[in-house]
This record gives sequence, C-alpha cells and structure tokens, in this order.
Amino acid sequence: MSILRGKVHSYGDHINTDVIIPARYLNTSDVAELAAHCMEDIDAEFVSTVKAGDIIVGGENFGCGSSREHAPLAIKGAGVSCVIARSFARIFFRNAINVGLPVLVCPDAAADAKSGDELAVDLTTGNIENVTKGKSYQAEPFPEFLQQIIAAGGLVEYTKKRLVA
Amino acid sequence: MAMTITEKILAAHSGHDEVHPGQFVMARLDLMLGNDITAPIAIDEFRKIGAAKVIDSARIVLVADHSTPNKDIKSAEQCRLMREFSLEQGVEHFFDVGRGGVEHALLPEEGLVAPGECIVGADSHTCTYGALGAFATGVGSTDLAVAMATGECWMRVPESIKVVYRGKLKPWVGGKDLILYTIGQTGVAGATYQSLEFCGDTIESLPMSDRLTMCNMAIEAGGKNGIIAPDAITDSYMKSVTKRPYRMLASDPGAVYVRTMEIDASKIELQVSTPHLPENAKPVSAVRDVVIDQSVIGSCTNGRIEDLRMAAKILKGRQAHPRVRLIVIPATQRVHLQAIREGLGEIFIEAGGAFSTPTCGPCLGGHMGVLAKGERAVATTNRNFVGRMGHPGSEVYLAGPAVAAASAVLGRIAGPEEL
Repeated sequence: MSILRGKVHSYGDHINTDVIIPARYLNTSDVAELAAHCMEDIDAEFVSTVKAGDIIVGGENFGCGSSREHAPLAIKGAGVSCVIARSFARIFFRNAINVGLPVLVCPDAAADAKSGDELAVDLTTGNIENVTKGKSYQAEPFPEFLQQIIAAGGLVEYTKKRLVA
Repeated sequence: MAMTITEKILAAHSGHDEVHPGQFVMARLDLMLGNDITAPIAIDEFRKIGAAKVIDSARIVLVADHSTPNKDIKSAEQCRLMREFSLEQGVEHFFDVGRGGVEHALLPEEGLVAPGECIVGADSHTCTYGALGAFATGVGSTDLAVAMATGECWMRVPESIKVVYRGKLKPWVGGKDLILYTIGQTGVAGATYQSLEFCGDTIESLPMSDRLTMCNMAIEAGGKNGIIAPDAITDSYMKSVTKRPYRMLASDPGAVYVRTMEIDASKIELQVSTPHLPENAKPVSAVRDVVIDQSVIGSCTNGRIEDLRMAAKILKGRQAHPRVRLIVIPATQRVHLQAIREGLGEIFIEAGGAFSTPTCGPCLGGHMGVLAKGERAVATTNRNFVGRMGHPGSEVYLAGPAVAAASAVLGRIAGPEEL
C-alpha cells in the first residue's frame, strides 16, 4: 500500500457526526452531495480548503453520535485520505472500516499535529511521520479480524468472499 | 467461567460456550433494523453484495420515521426506495407513515424485541432494547446490508461497566434524570466500546418506560449497549405485547466488570444537560435562569405514553409561555391514539401547544421544529450537539418531560415545583 501524504485539518474532542454531516443533508445518499457539506457546522472553510489526500486529525471520541454512515462517506468523498485521532467512537470506527476509510488511533500524533502540518502515513506499518515537525509516531495496529476486512477492501467485499467460500 | 448478561447473549448467538471481552465473534441476529435515512445506503450495499434475497424477511424491520411524513422531495425518494425494497423482498415489518412511529418506541410495543435476543439497527439508539434484557446495538448501513444478506454481524465482545443505583427517587425524577446524571459522571466517551449494565434496587422498581429511556441513551456515554437484567416488570411488559417465548438471562455472581459505579439515586434532582454535550448534566436548579424559545416533548427517548402523561399533568389548565413554541410529538401511532383517548391531546392543544403525528423530526433538526440562529430549546430528546436541532448557532438543553413541560409554561428552564 502506498504512503498517504497530505495536510492536516485539526479538530478537538468529541467531533460528532452531526457536525461532520448535519442531518439536514441526510435526505440523500449521494456521496458528492454529502461531501459538499462535510464539516460545515464546525469549519465552514473546510470544503473550500481541503485537497485530495489531506488528513483529518481529531482528539478523543472522534465520530461520536449517530450511526449515519454518511459521515465517513462525506469525509472520504471530500478527498480525505485518512483520519487520525486519539480515540474513535465505536459506530464511526466500524463504519469507517466497513466503507474503506482508513482510521488510525495514535494519541501522540493527534496531540502534536496542527492544521497545515504535512503528514506522511504508511498504512501497512502504521507509521505516521509529521514532515513539518520532523517527528514520527506509531499508530496502534488493527486487530487481526479487522485487518482481514481492510485487506478485502471493506465489509461488502469481505462478505462476498465469505458467501462464495 | 462467570459471564455478564451481555457476554451470555453474545456467546449464545455465536456458537460459543463462553466469550470474553475483546474477542471478535460473528453474531447470529434475531432482528435487524433500518430507517429512511440509513436503509437507502444499506439497500445499495446489499445490491453490491450480490445476494438475490434477504436472509429472512421476517427478521428485518424497516421504519419510515426520520424525515416523515416526507419533508421534501429527496426524503420522499429515500422512503420510496425503502418501500419498494420492502415490497420486492417481502419484508414483513415495514412501517410506513400512519402505521408505525419512531422506531425505538415502536419495536418494543410491537413485541418485535425480546429478552435474550441479539439485535442490530442502523441507528445509534438501537441500544434502547437493552431495557428488555436483549443485546442491542447501533451499527452502520453497510453492517445492515451484510446483516440482511447473511443474518450475521461482526462484534467485538465489550467489557462491562456495572452501574448500581440505590434509593427511592424524588418526586418527578425518572429514567431521563438517572441517565443524564450517569452520563454526567462517565462523560460522553466514558463507556466507549463497553456495555453499561444498570442494576440496583432503584432499577428493580423502575417502570419499563423509564428503563427504555435509560438504555436509549447508553450511546451518549459511548456505550456499545445498555442492558437491564429482565425481571417481573420485564416479564409483565413482554406478556402484554407478545405470546412468543424468550430467554430471561442474568449476569453470573462472579462476572467480571471493568468498573462498578455506585449511585445514590435518592439524591438525584431533576437533571438538565446544557449545550453542547449530553455529559453537561446539572440539577435543574442550577440552570433556572435560562430563557427558552421552544420546548419539544417526544422522541425515542421520551415519547411514550408515560412521558406524555407526566407532561400533561403539569400542563393541564396552564398555558405555554407566549414566547415559547410547545411541540408535543407522540412517538408512535398507538401512543398518539392513547393520548387522544385519555384527553392528553386536548390538554396540550389547550395549553397552546402543537400536538402532532409521530416523527423523529425535530430531534435531529430535520423538520417539525427546526431552530433559528440564536434560538434555544429544552427538549426531551437525546443529543444537544452543535446544530443538532437546527442552526449551528442554536442551543438544545436536554431534560425529561417534567422539566420540558414546566419550562414551556414559565418560558425559562424550570422544574414543576416552581409552578
């Protein structure tokens, strides 16, 4: 897997799914439409400044709140390559794994990274390099079971293989 | 090995004699749920899996409740997609407008969820059914798609937190106050990935409607599920809604908990959680100078008949403050009808309130009570995040029905004893 490179968009603790994608936009499942409103209620500039490959960094409990899969889909649709946080809320975490949005738990990297920093993330090893600060970090490895889902390319592909087997 | 009730249910549904926290299992589901926001994505993903038919059309529940009655054309299209899928697949439990209501109030009263069962729903408040002694948890749309195709869902067995409540509740204090107080203690991430098991003599005498309110908000502490061991109250509730058999399980005496919280429930006052996190729980007396524009009584958290009765008791013969928009939304068709029969609808309307058809509407800022910039609501709903009920510059104060009703009358946050 190649190295993800991008600039950081940093947010605080408890970034909930209502601010990631407000419910007033949940009357569609169209990813491009969802992406156009990503982070709108917490960072009105996000959609106009985010570039393909950029990285969202959160604090504790990133993605808490509703089960809306529209949240990781909006983030992915906005071109974000991965999310790094101190910790994730559980439904957001499983949704991200299921839809193939890389999520990494790394408290130190999350604490140090400031908006605008450039990161290089190796998803294979979990190594996170803050190029701007010249520091590197190791993200927590995924449990083996989740690695199988990630390796398959998400839960749908994993399930297709299971159903054939 | 001694197990918690959650571990027992997951073991029984994954072909294991025992399971331990941290273990990944493939759980066989008794029921799977989606709504008009989450089901459309699930249906798309279901098609991608390539399964022609759902695993069991009797174990799928689809409810049109979030943007219904359809608030706009796009919502109407989402509902149509779900309706057509239900017809195509012969989904037995599809609840359309006028025939259902808010999912987590609806499923228990329909007898679709029972003690000992394993349930997932593409809605975070699916954890409500833990009140019946079931394992129930919220998942995403792709999880629901896979569940509809295979009847299974992957689970990480959660650690359990035991929350013991002791003592007799003060007047007007109920399940909502207990759970807001508890989230105030744990914080919104205090139970992340974990199970919250509520017990103690307070819970043993707590009516089912209050238990449902408590388990409903386990997710607001980050919990995977909330659960209460089934007892005579559960049994009597179940007998009133279904004839089918169920398994009443309990945690073993030696079951392992990551921690135990002891709460003196007799000291808990009516609670209010201030913006913008459910963990900001305070006694109502600490926030009584907060002026409000709207009071919402309803939702999967507090839209049951018992909640409406409590609100009506306070609103009877009184008027909502001229500045306050009072909105009362029974959670289901049955609750709505019962409220009309009991004369509660008349009380709400005579108090100057809007009394209308079941919907999740205002709780998530969808419709039927969206807030403008700078407006403030007290609501019996479950979340007060930034922009939850409308404009990102609006505010939501979470409370139980007694505080919501008293606040509507006084135009500021208040408890009923102030009237």
